[in-house]
Amino acid sequence: MPEQEYNPTSVTIPDPKQLKPKDRLAIPPQPMPSQDPLVRRKNMSEVALGYSPEQARLEALRCLQCKTAPCVTGCPVQIDIPGFIAAIANEDYKKAIGIIKTNSLLPAVCGRVCPQETQCQAPCTVGKSLKDVDKAVSIGRLERFVADWERNNGLSAAPEVKKETGKKVAVLGSGPASITVAADVRREGHAVTIFEAFHKTGGVMVYGIPEFRLPKKIVQAEIDGLKSMGVEIKTNFVIGRTRTLSDLLTKDGYDAVFIGTGAGLPKFMNIEGEDLVGVFSANEYLTRSNLMRAYDFEQAHTPIYPSVKVAVLGGGNVAMDAARTAVRLGAKEVYLIYRRTEVEMPARVEEVHHAKEEGVIFHFLENAKRILGNEEGRVKGIECLRYELGEPDESGRRRPVVIKGSEFTIDVDTVIVAIGNDSNPLIKQTTPQLETNKWGNIVVDENCKTSLEGVYAGGDIVLGAATVILAMGQGRTAAHAINQYLSSKK
Amino acid sequence: MNQPNTIVEKKQLSDDVFRFKVLSPLIAESCRPGQFIILQISDNGERIPLTIADSNATQGLITLIFQTVGKTTHLLAELSEGETILNLVGPLGKPTHVEKVGTVVCVGGGIGVAPLYPIAKAMKTAGNELIVIIGARNRQLIILEEEMRAIADELIVCTDDGSYGEKALVTAPLKRLCENTKKPDLAIAIGPPIMMKFCAETTRPYQVPTVVSLNTIMIDGTGMCGGCRVTVGGKTQFVCVDGPEFDGHLVDFNNMMQRLKSYKQHEHNAHEQCHLDIEIKKQAVAKT
Repeated sequence: MPEQEYNPTSVTIPDPKQLKPKDRLAIPPQPMPSQDPLVRRKNMSEVALGYSPEQARLEALRCLQCKTAPCVTGCPVQIDIPGFIAAIANEDYKKAIGIIKTNSLLPAVCGRVCPQETQCQAPCTVGKSLKDVDKAVSIGRLERFVADWERNNGLSAAPEVKKETGKKVAVLGSGPASITVAADVRREGHAVTIFEAFHKTGGVMVYGIPEFRLPKKIVQAEIDGLKSMGVEIKTNFVIGRTRTLSDLLTKDGYDAVFIGTGAGLPKFMNIEGEDLVGVFSANEYLTRSNLMRAYDFEQAHTPIYPSVKVAVLGGGNVAMDAARTAVRLGAKEVYLIYRRTEVEMPARVEEVHHAKEEGVIFHFLENAKRILGNEEGRVKGIECLRYELGEPDESGRRRPVVIKGSEFTIDVDTVIVAIGNDSNPLIKQTTPQLETNKWGNIVVDENCKTSLEGVYAGGDIVLGAATVILAMGQGRTAAHAINQYLSSKK
Repeated sequence: MNQPNTIVEKKQLSDDVFRFKVLSPLIAESCRPGQFIILQISDNGERIPLTIADSNATQGLITLIFQTVGKTTHLLAELSEGETILNLVGPLGKPTHVEKVGTVVCVGGGIGVAPLYPIAKAMKTAGNELIVIIGARNRQLIILEEEMRAIADELIVCTDDGSYGEKALVTAPLKRLCENTKKPDLAIAIGPPIMMKFCAETTRPYQVPTVVSLNTIMIDGTGMCGGCRVTVGGKTQFVCVDGPEFDGHLVDFNNMMQRLKSYKQHEHNAHEQCHLDIEIKKQAVAKT
């Protein structure tokens, strides 16, 4: 999709009532105004700049308001999508954000990071009619538009909190699942304490997702909202170490606990040379840049590896984030190595598109065989193998099959491994009664309840590596169950 | 009443070694020998791990002993009594496995004597015969000698330059003990990586189980970043959640030492600059 300069003076907004479906389909998809790739390669500021009100209304008018609303089925939290889009078309942004917030707590975040093209926008009738999913209504951009409108106009009022019940809930972690639980449980009048291991709150939205994709001030606004509701936040607090889960329930008087501690233990390839200097997990690389602000060479004390040529292994959003961060930190060549093709790549289409514009060099159907080091134990290259696609595997994607004897070497000084995470072991280690599966993820029922009385869990610690919206959806479910549990518990 | 993270006592133990007693009731209550904390002293600061040298749950105090080796430790040493450490998290890592095994020899090198102290104390309390070897480059750098003497059945002090105790590396008395007809049942070595490596090499031929405590580059300390990973017995292990203590005979020390130098150039420059900044500040204070 071409990103073009937007000129508001050339636009007239038609009257929604006079538009026939044919007219709606004729409105061109509104491009997202973005920072120029050559400029943004050198800064950390947000890439996508957001729709103007005129663009938002035009895009909203593309929605056919179809009765079947397949988009709603595609949304993990079933937002009334045609409803909020109609409100935008009618310039009633307040109503629009109100509709979204009935189901979603973090629209400014989800509008930016949700994989819309595989969720709400995938079954969109407009995209189907125009035979191109990229021409579906840009639901995510519209969600972002109204969420930003609300925040920028100082209208994000904290939800009302019911009379204090005297019950206490501990929320472990402060990522999207935990933020949702904290808000929904606090709303019912229960006291809520968030325990965060890091010195800053926000979880993956702060240490993982870069500023250029999700500005930290947006996450901070959500945290400030929780504080204004009276949610207590304790940073530098590691459950399983500073206190154990059972301490919270038996000694500290918490009536229920939600575990939203997220993914842990980065996976490595288990190949030769992974212990060399210059090999990093994407978690480490991104945490140095995002949480510790190592990109700010002047101010931050935390160092980040001075890379010239970088290979990123993986094809998800985290791989894109790592590759694009490396570009911004001054790497001359950044390769993204993925063993399937672009079609199978799990990253959001927009991120792949942005990464290409920024000069990331994609190597599809290739994978690392071993990492080569010099005499000082530092990375000097990566040996790869070429692959072809074979029969589909259990995920339905065609299995990559190695082409024998296809080894070749790329000169790099840095390798970033972005192939996912295993679960964090701390709570499991210190709460042996808690049931986990063979990957160490916490086992929960359909209400997100764990094997322990009063203990609920959600987000990546349950799902493995998932998305913000799925974590939030689980948070909603868990909060509902916790509220019911507490009202039945005298 | 002081707020948490306040430095209630600061003592300079030698030219570049400092001891802080820090108010942290939660950490003091939960910490066990062998564990560590991570601290950050300013918004722009680095997160660094430091081992816990002692703790007092009743007073809510933990003791940190550190050597000024880089920018963050220098800035930490600039803090005064009554000031607070911005962020302090812990206790992290698995506690030492303490049990009665017979004779335990605890070997501490330089600043490594600090984390060794609570472990040695716990080993003694568990009913072991305790032999302690402490070593440093010179007399000035020997720390916790009196504390160790008070708990050890035998204390051996050595210095590289012979300015105090035996003129030897800690491996010399360790080898002697292993050669005894009654060799130690367990050795615990904590100090610079090169010292731990050679302690492990010393005990290996005598098959004396040897525990080492590793201090690697770390950010979160809860298993998320993987920066601290080491190779132990051919497997990747995370120091923060699988350690910090490992079987010294299985640790790939050469790789660990290379990895510790990952940011050598940056650290060197930051360290130099930090000395300049401290000097400029001192001169400015002297003028006023």
